[in-house]
Amino acid sequence: MTIAPDRSPRLVDLFEHGLNSPICLTWELTYACNLACEHCLSSSGRRDPRELSTDECKAVIDELQAMQVFYVNIGGGEPTVRPDFWELLDYATSHSVGVKFSTNGVRITPEAARRLAANDYVDVQISLDGATPEVNDAVRGPGSYDTAVRAMQNLHDAGMKNFKLSVVCTRHNIPQMDEFKAIADRYGAQLRLTRLRPSGRGADVWDELHPLPGQQRELYDWLIANGDQVLTGDSFFHLSAYGQALPGLNLCGAGRVVCLIDPVGDVYACPFAIHDEFLAGNVREQGGFAGVWRGSELFRELREPQTGGACSSCSFYDTCKGGCMAAKFFTGIPLDGPDPECVQGYGEALLAQRPEDRANIPKPSADHSRRAPRKPRPVPVTLSTRRPERPPVSACAEDPLAGLSLS
Amino acid sequence: MSQIDLDRAWDLHPQVSVRPEPFGALLYHFGTRKLSFLKDLTLLEVVRGLRDAPSARAACAAAGVPDPDLPRYGIALAALVQSSMVVERTAP
Repeated sequence: MTIAPDRSPRLVDLFEHGLNSPICLTWELTYACNLACEHCLSSSGRRDPRELSTDECKAVIDELQAMQVFYVNIGGGEPTVRPDFWELLDYATSHSVGVKFSTNGVRITPEAARRLAANDYVDVQISLDGATPEVNDAVRGPGSYDTAVRAMQNLHDAGMKNFKLSVVCTRHNIPQMDEFKAIADRYGAQLRLTRLRPSGRGADVWDELHPLPGQQRELYDWLIANGDQVLTGDSFFHLSAYGQALPGLNLCGAGRVVCLIDPVGDVYACPFAIHDEFLAGNVREQGGFAGVWRGSELFRELREPQTGGACSSCSFYDTCKGGCMAAKFFTGIPLDGPDPECVQGYGEALLAQRPEDRANIPKPSADHSRRAPRKPRPVPVTLSTRRPERPPVSACAEDPLAGLSLS
Repeated sequence: MSQIDLDRAWDLHPQVSVRPEPFGALLYHFGTRKLSFLKDLTLLEVVRGLRDAPSARAACAAAGVPDPDLPRYGIALAALVQSSMVVERTAP
């Protein structure tokens, strides 16, 4: 909510210049994950050996408290597989840093659910990308639907109110919005919808999974009808160019109000931009996280007024602000160009120009995907019947002259 | 839009934290998990002064709000009351 006693500038105009501390800070605690979702935006799977230690994490939390970062969005990877996850959770919430964490539900046992329900400073987001096992498991892996549902049941049974059911909108689940809402209602949860980004492994499946143009309209209409009960993390502001602005800031917050701390302490402008181009620094440096947030050259540049480039002449530029920086970057569109999913259709023309092999498109800087197990396959072997020139020598022959032929 | 009773005593909710920003402040309510933005430094002064002022009117005066602007500040405070950021002070 915005409180202003007169016609002061719009919030979005004030935020363009950045804040003393982020409002929305995402902290991926680990790259380790029990799942291998096709569209994982952080390419998670294997733990990084350079991961921040428990003490380093606590030092970050101390800084966040001093900076009055009221809450952090913790993710991963699967954050709950860190052995010190619960310790860090308690440390943050006892230091006035609220925690909202995303999980696939694997560790949300009845006991864990009771512990979460008892802590007022904790919120939980259960990830589910299909309202049916078929749609969900196709993207998130076999059994992941059941895991998420079990976690929601445990939270509900523990009396946890208003936790979040978090859905990444894809081509296959856009028709399921009402079903998602019904699932959320059943467990006393709130529905949260976010945008599929071509980040991490998402880049590999984005062409097949991102909503079709007609579905974007369907989603927009659904959000207009249900928007007051549904959270979006401000992720669909590019849809505002359909007309009525969606609730939220409608601004790319990267480096201005948002940033990411990754498991090894690297600070990126946003959670969807794990690439050297958007790397602002590391919390292990002298000035810590505050030093990066306040002193990074990259963040300073992002806080300058942005030019709309080709978009500035579009009558919708003021509502969509050119869309999502990360979505442009990882589809090879110039940063001052249109969003790849621009609802006015300006992105499609540029997408069509991508070379078949996508050679010009940047790849994420970190890939922690688990290496796929090698499938057994036939090995071609050429057999010959060439006669040996000398008698075979046994591997056990100890005679130093074994096999030597003198002539 | 209604405004609060300027002659009563008010205070920030005990679970609300205030974070100053160049344009005003961010308020966060740890109970409701809601954020509010004060886009005005004078309003921030008013809100911070509520605790020690005998009334909202006095807090406004101390922050230098001119009389003709009082109704607008009353409305802004009412919005903060509605979101439980500001509560009526009962004990002295």
